[in-house]
Amino acid sequence: MIQKRDLTCIGCPMGCQITVEFEGEEIKSVTGNNCKIGDRYARKEVIHPERTVTSTVAVTGGDKERCSVKTRGNIPKDMIFECMDEINRVCIPAPVKIGDVIIPDVCGTGIDVVATRNIHKV
Amino acid sequence: METNEMMSYDIVIVGGGPAGLAAAIAARKSGTERILILERDKELGGILNQCIHNGFGLHTFKEELTGPEYADRFIQQVYEMGIEYRLDTMVMDISADKVVTAMNRSDGMFRIRAGAVILAMGCRERPRGALNIPGYRPAGIYSAGTAQRLVNIEGYMPGREVVILGSGDIGLIMARRMTLEGATVKVVAELMPYSGGLKRNIVQCLDDFDIPLKLSHTVVDIEGKDRVKAVTIARVGKDMKPIPGTEERYTCDTLLLSTGLIPENELSAGCGVEMNPVTKGPFVNEIMETNIPGVFACGNVLHVHDLVDYVSEEAGKAGEAAARYVQSGCTEASRERAPIRLTATGGVRYTVPSTIHTDRMDDLLTVRFRVGAVYRQAYVSVYFDDERVQHQKKKIMAPGEMEQIILQKKKLLEKPDLHTITIKIEEDDASDAIKSSSDGKAISSANETSGAADGAAHRQTM
Amino acid sequence: MLYDVIIVGAGVSGCAIARELSRYRLNICVLEKEEDVCCGTTKANSAIVHAGFDAATGSMMAKLNVRGNEMMDQIAADLDVPFRRNGALVVCTDPDELGGLQELYDRGIANGLRADSMEILNREEALAIEPNLADDVVGAFYAKTSGIICPFLLNIAMAENANVNGVDFFFNTEVEKIEAENTAPGGERIWKIRTCNGEYRTRYIVNAAGVYADVFHNMVSSRKIHITPRRGSYCLLDRTAGNHVSHTVFAQPGKMGKGVLVTPTIHGNLLIGPNAQDIENKEGTNTTADSLNEIIEKAARNVKNIPMRQVITSFAGLRAHENGHDFIIGEVEDAPHFIDCAGIESPGLSSSPAIGEYVRKLLEEKMKPERKENWVGTRRGILNPDSLSFEERNELIRKNPAYGRIICRCESVTEGEILDAIRRPLGARSLDGVKRRTRAGMGRCQAGFCSPRTMEILHRELGLPYEKITKSGGDSRLVIGRTKEHSGEEE
Repeated sequence: MIQKRDLTCIGCPMGCQITVEFEGEEIKSVTGNNCKIGDRYARKEVIHPERTVTSTVAVTGGDKERCSVKTRGNIPKDMIFECMDEINRVCIPAPVKIGDVIIPDVCGTGIDVVATRNIHKV
Repeated sequence: METNEMMSYDIVIVGGGPAGLAAAIAARKSGTERILILERDKELGGILNQCIHNGFGLHTFKEELTGPEYADRFIQQVYEMGIEYRLDTMVMDISADKVVTAMNRSDGMFRIRAGAVILAMGCRERPRGALNIPGYRPAGIYSAGTAQRLVNIEGYMPGREVVILGSGDIGLIMARRMTLEGATVKVVAELMPYSGGLKRNIVQCLDDFDIPLKLSHTVVDIEGKDRVKAVTIARVGKDMKPIPGTEERYTCDTLLLSTGLIPENELSAGCGVEMNPVTKGPFVNEIMETNIPGVFACGNVLHVHDLVDYVSEEAGKAGEAAARYVQSGCTEASRERAPIRLTATGGVRYTVPSTIHTDRMDDLLTVRFRVGAVYRQAYVSVYFDDERVQHQKKKIMAPGEMEQIILQKKKLLEKPDLHTITIKIEEDDASDAIKSSSDGKAISSANETSGAADGAAHRQTM
Repeated sequence: MLYDVIIVGAGVSGCAIARELSRYRLNICVLEKEEDVCCGTTKANSAIVHAGFDAATGSMMAKLNVRGNEMMDQIAADLDVPFRRNGALVVCTDPDELGGLQELYDRGIANGLRADSMEILNREEALAIEPNLADDVVGAFYAKTSGIICPFLLNIAMAENANVNGVDFFFNTEVEKIEAENTAPGGERIWKIRTCNGEYRTRYIVNAAGVYADVFHNMVSSRKIHITPRRGSYCLLDRTAGNHVSHTVFAQPGKMGKGVLVTPTIHGNLLIGPNAQDIENKEGTNTTADSLNEIIEKAARNVKNIPMRQVITSFAGLRAHENGHDFIIGEVEDAPHFIDCAGIESPGLSSSPAIGEYVRKLLEEKMKPERKENWVGTRRGILNPDSLSFEERNELIRKNPAYGRIICRCESVTEGEILDAIRRPLGARSLDGVKRRTRAGMGRCQAGFCSPRTMEILHRELGLPYEKITKSGGDSRLVIGRTKEHSGEEE
């Protein structure tokens, strides 16, 4: 049976209203998107939804006690809290530079958690 | 430093956030050497430093960055260009003749004579008091941005069980942040019949975590003498007043408010800059210049933006214009004719800019505006005096999102007698225009309720 | 230790009495259930120093109001408290009620006010000095000696001054029980006060407990009194609205008090309120939608075009209304050495210096205490750098760089002022304590900007962990803990 789902694209702030028709794991059609990102998002969202996770990790010896981080790519949506558990356990020493890998291959997703700000050593 | 001797700079930029940074870089690229950024926080980057979520810079850098990463791209350029800046420095006063008085711990109070001033102070959040929310006044009530700073920069949790009033983007973003950090967000209540935040944020900050969004709801009581104990929300009618009998009580220890942003223009007003009562920001012309020649404004101090990319773009323009102004010997640009006025009407709340001198405008000029209600399948129309020259259909327009039209210089020059350009929303009879039960009337009554002029929910660059 | 005098309550009455009694060689302490002075009725009222025409002639209220008003210039100067006589207008909106204005004038004369300090104005005369009066205003009674003051700073200054002159203050100390010790006939009477922080013993008690004064009175006396918390709500408007009126504009008085007023505050804001609502809950300082609507509506009857969009906060305070509607000040008949200072509702703030003086004289007579040689009657407030010249300010920052760092942008409060507020006698211990002393957080953003910064200073200065920093003591903690609390630990 062909299923239909209406989605709001989160690929960019436009928030296109997309309609996806799919049968099992097979996408039949994607409509309403204004760009490729929307198409890609919609295909993934109905089968394997993914998200980027942003948070902070504890830092010692720096000019701040928290450093913001992100998953360098999307991880499966149902692994967000598992990923947070790992992020919450980490404590890194200063200095930190944007892009430094904080947790490689978080939760076996193949995605690294990286720093998104610079922390100076004090 | 000798404080008695007045320093002088070609351009003084008030604020080192996204607008100030982009303005400084553009001014330097335009050839102005003596530029000084004054920043009140201990680092450059402004509010972006606490906006650790991603979604910034898609227009500017064609990639999705977090706030601190986006800011860092500009900060690194400021470093490389050797642009001067002072941190932990509060600007206390700007005079009409462009003397900037500032203060910090090491330099004391000092005055700077500026060739041009760029106002880039950003905005602040509307507090609880401005909404006249009844109840007690315990600890645990935070504006969403203050909570964001506590959680993301300082690393402190404001509470465990949270109710959020207002669905502005910071509120939505904080719903997710608090949830990821282990708190329970029980509900997001929104006074208006539509969210003031970006759609994507509703999906990935609320829907992803099954946080209910209650539109047309407001807080009617706050319990707890010391710390928040419970919050009661109720549905509001078309008059924006709570409907008795619709109350729902949520036990919680925290109430976050995301109910609007107000440009921070006390300094601008102090030096005689004319304010637009709708945006609460200065009136500017086609080069982001206020009514005071040589005083420019950009970013959220001018009007509250939805995307930081637009802030950077607009600020770049202000920086270039300020550079041209000082390079031309700080004289007013030639004005061949009276400026063309831009008028916002029929659902358009305001325009930036509000006047255009055709002799100074670029070949293409972006005019940004916001609408006062949700419109579907409606048209944005542009009139040159009485003649309709643009009529563009939009699938959806909402108060939370900034809209734009582009004016061509050559089209304006074709009409030497052009006096007024009007931008309005038009709905043809056949269209299924829904205005979400909130027409202009509802908006203005919301204003009364919220006690502020810009009652339509605002989004921000966060 | 046995105290000579224990004062229950660190509001403006209790602190005025403490300061007056600190002139003598007496062991005195003040017991306060909250974490700071100025946490009850003194915290939330109209901040007016009334002229004294309103109270019934011959009442304690009338006598002490007139005397307190007279004393206020000197006490404000001695204690470095901002005070200004801006004058009050009682406006009449009903031509049939114009005679009521003459009654006010006559009562003013009867209460001892100078004839030249009052005037009856017709509409034009009133408009000439107050242009934003409502269109319905037909005349006004003008009381020139009415003033505006900062109630926080008056209360705090009195407490600080009492403290440097030797009065102990115990905060977070709630009185639970008061009883007389069994003494041999003819022996000295000693009161035992049980609190949540242990027992205190004293020869004399002054009951200045605001809305709780009836509770303590009734513990020791068979002649019961009853205090009703009479709630009044207010809206405070931004400084940009502060010039909307220059005088304190009252409605003509009715049964429930002086009605809703519109007034500038000493700090340049505009204040409207209060209504009057009798409640039972002595902690019921919540506002309600109805009460806020009521004051907004009533204020508009007397002053037009109030820019309500400029509201920055709303709040409610409780007046300690005693059934007899007069101050009850004096020794309780069937409880010797127990001095009541009860029913101190409006004009309590105005009367406070006179209340202090009155109770001092009363105890002077009873106790015959010795005066201190080294009593210091003056106190310097927290320096406001805005009052300095550019050069003076730079000199200050050179000496103390903390005065160069702005913490509260709306009210332009520096770190130097906040440090002073924390370090001085009876210094601030909470966000609200800092706010009442410096105005940090009192401005248009209502502490959104400065609260994390002020918390950092409190953390640094008091060695308090963030989780223990409060808004106003008790359980009013601002944060519940750190993020990443389990970082680095194996679970």
